[in-house]
Amino acid sequence: MTAPFPAPYGGHVPVLRLGGVLLVTFQGDLHDSQAEQLQQDVSEAAADNRVSGVVLDLSGVELVDSFLGRVIGDIAAKTRLLAAETVVCGMRPAVAITLVELGLTLPGLRTALSTEDAMRLLGQGSVSPRPGRTRQESP
Amino acid sequence: MQTAGGVSARLPIHSDLDLVWVRQHVRQAAAQLGFGLVAQTKLVTAASELARNTLVHGGGGEMECAPVSRAGVPGLRLTFSDEGPGIPDLDRALSDGYTSGDGLGMGLGGARRLVHEFRIDSSPGTGTTVTVTSWSAKPPLPREEA
Repeated sequence: MTAPFPAPYGGHVPVLRLGGVLLVTFQGDLHDSQAEQLQQDVSEAAADNRVSGVVLDLSGVELVDSFLGRVIGDIAAKTRLLAAETVVCGMRPAVAITLVELGLTLPGLRTALSTEDAMRLLGQGSVSPRPGRTRQESP
Repeated sequence: MQTAGGVSARLPIHSDLDLVWVRQHVRQAAAQLGFGLVAQTKLVTAASELARNTLVHGGGGEMECAPVSRAGVPGLRLTFSDEGPGIPDLDRALSDGYTSGDGLGMGLGGARRLVHEFRIDSSPGTGTTVTVTSWSAKPPLPREEA
């Protein structure tokens, strides 16, 4: 078919280890199968690297639907069983508004506004935590 | 198939990759019609939920995207159709938490909350058609109550 718009760019998710934390940076529009693969990759990397925390950076994500929302919740649940805490950071306001209207509030998920705040929340920052910059959703 | 402006289109929904196409088409069409960022995100998210239903529950189908206008306000109408098994109990399918697959059961009910107008036609054996419309500005007429 002829493309009315530029071809979709594939999503890309690097998983980096920074000290005792895995930094997972979501970029672009993930296929469902890529998102499912990512769950497995993060769980394996969390266990292999014996990390204490996982930061999911969503600042490059324009859309979280119920599928990706479930993947994020599942990653948090799986890493918890592997003795690592997950913090979601960088969610765009439009994404947060849409998620709540969709009915998906992801209770119990720890959140931070930036990667830096998330690292601090996990005890990996050099600066002491600033109150009010991080938040935790009540279940 | 496509008309001027690149908003009108008929996109197949047969794979994961097609869902990405649908999302990107709706995003760009809504932006072209003057939807704000939050309105775009809501409509694209609804489209993603409905397209996934078409793919997973309907066995594949297509989305038709068309610009509409009411009282001078531009809007976007999306029609998702499949020839799958249909939905035997619409009320139950629209309720939160009901799922026939492995999702969260937020798809249909959630999508309905994210758009201004929502219509679903389905019966066992004939497939399912879901039509949603959102306007780029405040709806000119009272919101359709479900």
